[in-house]
Amino acid sequence: MLPATAPLPPLALLPQAFCVVSSSGRPPPLSGGTWAWRVGIGPWGGQGRGWRSWLGLAVVACSLRSPHHHRRVLPLLGGAASSKVWFPFSGVCAPSGHLSSDPELYVEFGLRPAEPSNMNSPSAQFLTSTRMGIYELNKHLGLWRDSFKVDSSQNTGVSTIVKADRIIDQRLEDSQELPGPAEEFDQEANKPNDKISRRLAQNREAARKSRLRKKAYIQQLESSRMKLTQLEQELERARQQGAYVGGSSGDSLVGMSTINTGVATFEMEYGHWIEEQNKQICALRAALQAHASDIELRILVESSLNHYDELFQMKALAAKADVFYLMSGMWKTSAERFFLWIGGFRPSEVLKVLRPKLDPLTEQQVMAVYNLQQSSQQAEDALSQGMDKLQQTLAETLASDPLGASDVANYMGQMATAMAKLDALVSFVNQADHLRQQTLQQMYRILTMRQSARGLLALGDYFQRLRALSSLWAARPREPA
Amino acid sequence: MDRIVRLASQRAVVIFSTSSCCMCHAIKAFFHDQGVNYAAHELDEDPQGRDMEMTLARLLGRSTPVPVVFIGGKLVGSTDRVMSLHLSGKLTPMLREAGAKWL
Repeated sequence: MLPATAPLPPLALLPQAFCVVSSSGRPPPLSGGTWAWRVGIGPWGGQGRGWRSWLGLAVVACSLRSPHHHRRVLPLLGGAASSKVWFPFSGVCAPSGHLSSDPELYVEFGLRPAEPSNMNSPSAQFLTSTRMGIYELNKHLGLWRDSFKVDSSQNTGVSTIVKADRIIDQRLEDSQELPGPAEEFDQEANKPNDKISRRLAQNREAARKSRLRKKAYIQQLESSRMKLTQLEQELERARQQGAYVGGSSGDSLVGMSTINTGVATFEMEYGHWIEEQNKQICALRAALQAHASDIELRILVESSLNHYDELFQMKALAAKADVFYLMSGMWKTSAERFFLWIGGFRPSEVLKVLRPKLDPLTEQQVMAVYNLQQSSQQAEDALSQGMDKLQQTLAETLASDPLGASDVANYMGQMATAMAKLDALVSFVNQADHLRQQTLQQMYRILTMRQSARGLLALGDYFQRLRALSSLWAARPREPA
Repeated sequence: MDRIVRLASQRAVVIFSTSSCCMCHAIKAFFHDQGVNYAAHELDEDPQGRDMEMTLARLLGRSTPVPVVFIGGKLVGSTDRVMSLHLSGKLTPMLREAGAKWL
């Protein structure tokens, strides 16, 4: 491998290089039959000399005249002159044309492990490489000029290794075993850099992992969003067409598809409501455990109350579609159904259950909660009496003298009256839900933000347990028939 | 309208209802349990009942006009309004003020 004989132009220093060579002539040939150029670079236009030995500068440069040798690996060596240690590095030069006067000249510079075996292979891998245009090199040179003084005494061929850049150090670390002499020189300085580079690597790893996690989460969100829009479209379609046959309504007839639509819609929406409810319960629990501020709790409390409002709205629509379905509580789990009162929970009972969870309460609060409980009880009793009256009148309407002269008009009249009575059932369910809503609102007014959060958590948790109980009950081992 | 106002002023608590309405029954039961001496007017038994029903429906902005509650001659509203007032603790002072209740 013969080097080109053209003199190296005083190119520039590459900040990532660190080796410097004396400006003496050719180095002694190295093992393996390779040889190296040692080049030094001095301040550009400094002392007027093309070559300078220089602190911590190295340059890789080559020039080739013939175009078809536009890529050639030139193993280059540099080293510290002070200890006469040679730190091997090599570079690849790929000039695109002529020499330094050609602005298109690029220097490709890289480091690779200094295995002697590597030296011989021109296609050896380079750990890193960098490319710089000639003007970039000039810039870097300018920086160096400012930070280093030209010392004419340097011209005597003594040069030192200076680690010009931490990046170089990293490359050193990355590379395999350095030759002995170089190692012993660099050992001290390597240790802290070891830690630094390790830490940097860890950071990179952590950053990569968190990027992956973020990506996965976003994908999950996207797919849920798509699912949601799909469901909403289905819902819309089902509502419009009224052809959706579903739900557990036992008395669904083929012709009464509108009723089924309402029921099916409600069932689907209720399922979503439960899912959202579970999330909100978790959020409340987490916030209370983390001792979140009142402002943060307020957000959770208000969204929880709004969530209940949504349920009442859904129930109002379902009541119009099929009030018996709602009254039967078929949409609830079995244990919840046990406590059913006019299509839902009984407010005073729930208040009794939750009251101890809210302690400590002030005197005023104790009174207020007690009064609320009483008022709710009274309102519930009134509605229950109204329901009893409804049952009674319905029974009276349908009961007729079976032996009497039955005529069609009478019969139809009876049925019409009975149907009208059933409409009243809708208003009862609505009133009961209104009572539930008002109870929640009043509690929110009586309690502090934290107490409200605790109360809503307790309420949600209570119903969650009822639902869990229902599942356990459904899954209980049955005796063989 | 005048008839409504006149009737409403006759007693501290006046309820307009229909005999077949079960929600009216619930409201009556409620006031009874509160110890309130109310006056109930069955609009289906009143010759001018139909007009009154329409007026009340317009007043409340609802299709079902009954039950409608007046306390101290002033319009309170229907069942949900009464319930809201009661739960918030405002109904009892209102009743006391109108002289419907002494406890």
